[in-house]
Amino acid sequence: MEFALITFLNGLGYGFLLFLLSSGLTLIYSMMGVPNFAHASFYMLGAYVAYALAGVLGFWWALLLAPLIVGVAGALVEHYGLRIVHRYGHVPELLFTFGLSYLVVELVQLVWGRSPVPYRIPPELDGTLFTLYSTAFPVYRGFMLLVAALMLLALWLLLRHTRIGLVIQAALTHPQMAEALGHNVPRVFMLVFGGGCALAALAGVIGGNAFVTEPGMAAAVGSIIFVVVVVGGLGSLAGAFITSLLIGMMQTFAVALDVSLASLGLQVPSGSALAPLARLTLAQVAPVLPYLLLVVMLIVRPKGLMGRRES
Amino acid sequence: MRRIVLPWLLFALMLLAAPLVFPQSAALSLLSQMGTMVLLCLSYNMLLGEGGMLSFGHAVYSGLGAFGAIHLMNRMADGVLAFPVTLVPLAGGLTGALCAVVLGYLTTRRAGTTFAMITLGLVELVSACVLMFPEVFGGEGGISGNRVIGEPVLGISYGPQIQVYYLIAGWLLVCAIAIHALRHTPLGRILNAVRDNPERAAFLGYDPQRVRYLALILSAFFAGVSGGLSAINFEIVSAEYVGALRSGTILLFTFIGGTAYFYGPIIGGVIGVLFSSWLSAYTQAWQFYLGAFFILIVMTTPGGLASLLDRSWRLLQGGQMNARLAGRLAWWLAAALCTLTGVILATEMAYQASLGSLADTGEGAASLMLWGWRIDVHAAAPWGLAALCVVVGAGALVAWQRSGRAR
Repeated sequence: MEFALITFLNGLGYGFLLFLLSSGLTLIYSMMGVPNFAHASFYMLGAYVAYALAGVLGFWWALLLAPLIVGVAGALVEHYGLRIVHRYGHVPELLFTFGLSYLVVELVQLVWGRSPVPYRIPPELDGTLFTLYSTAFPVYRGFMLLVAALMLLALWLLLRHTRIGLVIQAALTHPQMAEALGHNVPRVFMLVFGGGCALAALAGVIGGNAFVTEPGMAAAVGSIIFVVVVVGGLGSLAGAFITSLLIGMMQTFAVALDVSLASLGLQVPSGSALAPLARLTLAQVAPVLPYLLLVVMLIVRPKGLMGRRES
Repeated sequence: MRRIVLPWLLFALMLLAAPLVFPQSAALSLLSQMGTMVLLCLSYNMLLGEGGMLSFGHAVYSGLGAFGAIHLMNRMADGVLAFPVTLVPLAGGLTGALCAVVLGYLTTRRAGTTFAMITLGLVELVSACVLMFPEVFGGEGGISGNRVIGEPVLGISYGPQIQVYYLIAGWLLVCAIAIHALRHTPLGRILNAVRDNPERAAFLGYDPQRVRYLALILSAFFAGVSGGLSAINFEIVSAEYVGALRSGTILLFTFIGGTAYFYGPIIGGVIGVLFSSWLSAYTQAWQFYLGAFFILIVMTTPGGLASLLDRSWRLLQGGQMNARLAGRLAWWLAAALCTLTGVILATEMAYQASLGSLADTGEGAASLMLWGWRIDVHAAAPWGLAALCVVVGAGALVAWQRSGRAR
């Protein structure tokens, strides 16, 4: 029970973090029609910028400023890069973001070096929030959950209950009609792209010190958020939310469980070809699970969990 | 007939003469790598260029083919199997094709962006699985082998690098001709139709899904051959052969070369190996240059270098090359060179100051050697020079563009 509750809370935290990333990606995806390969790079940039700012201004200013800075950078990328490539079609657009992810990793290494940087949890958030039976739950985990949940609530309110949200939704689904009604659709796209990047950067700010801030962090999370977007259904925020939580839970529970087929009582002679398969523990299989989910989903329900259309 | 045979004769002659022009051992290993990479890019372009299938997981097939080849070589060395080394790449190709029969059935059910995403997931799945079974794939260290097996046949033992180069060149020539011929078969034509308008192709009675599936299997075969060749060349195959990074590299190189032309991937493979193997020996910023070059190509010439070549060839053939055009070209070249010099100077100094040089591991204390000049990265003058070069060059480029538009 204790194990299940703590793992559930950890999984919830990881899932919320994934949703901070995938919500922006989903919006950008339904807007451009192509996935933004550099999305995880903005997550990494968020963590590094926050690290740099936290050293000068302190963590709380970094929490506020880093997403804004990265969001502006994302908007500039959209305005001076993607918009130009857009007229060549979908594939060059996708490849542009792909090349960008290469460049961002190099630039980050150029500025901050190739090894992990000591981006630490601020002292006021260090400590134990509560103790469940005998396992301590850190304050910072609770803080991550709170920030992510507040941000998601704000996003939902913005998209559903404000005029700006209405215009964004219209521009995503019917760009020509929205343009004919006098809305500046390219500017809306730039805003959405910048906003999505800012959300990713926020995930980087609160995730960078909980995990590790290193040049490989974009690649580590990059393909998982694609799985989230595809499994959740193209352009569906609700689908992305459910899938983020699902994958967050799945990953944390699998890593925590040390079970293999052999330990469950499957008897395989050690010389047989199946022996390595039986010895595999669930923890070892954990990194593969999201991709397995993706493949199974594409066979069973190709449009995704909550998707309405196929690409 | 002459128009078909002549380019192939030229290509064969180039393959034959390359090691005579560059006989150094470093150049020879570079040429061998180019051969395998060119074949890999050619096989990839069967998907991207001919079929419009943007795959992020092409390394899976070449990598698994390489594993198949190295396992076969080890069985041969154990004396379990008798098989000529010359034909080992064929085994790699068959392994690749077999994997495509299984994996491709899943991926080719979709097209377009979804296909790209599935291949991305698949490459992560496969590379994670490869690390999970160290008995078969050797874990992090990979599996090593030995290409010299048994008595030499006709004096060929594949010990010296030159013999391996000619093996690679031979396979490259045969496979390139096969890939070129495949474009003109009914399957190749239908593949183009499926790329351009899958709905219409379906109405004509061709199942787009099946056409994509067949194309993937064929492409995976050639990718596997390339993997088998690199297994022979390096005598080691590790998990990164099937990874996402390598897949991305193939995509980068092919696109830089140009996907709309048959010879595009050849250019791309050669330039790519120059970047990743030759340039990386001189500067640690090579990945930055590669990424920047790629973005430049995507933004300015989406047809790749091959389209640039094609356009200039047509210009020359049409007799439109006059003094004005030559002058403008010289202007552009001078401006581009000036910008490039500034960018390289700044990049090298930045890398030196931040990460240190390749030679020393200190905190960027050593001064930078560039084009035979010793440059102090902490002085203001070289930075000013770099900035000046970039500003002047970029200004000239903008002026060039404006004056072209005015006419």
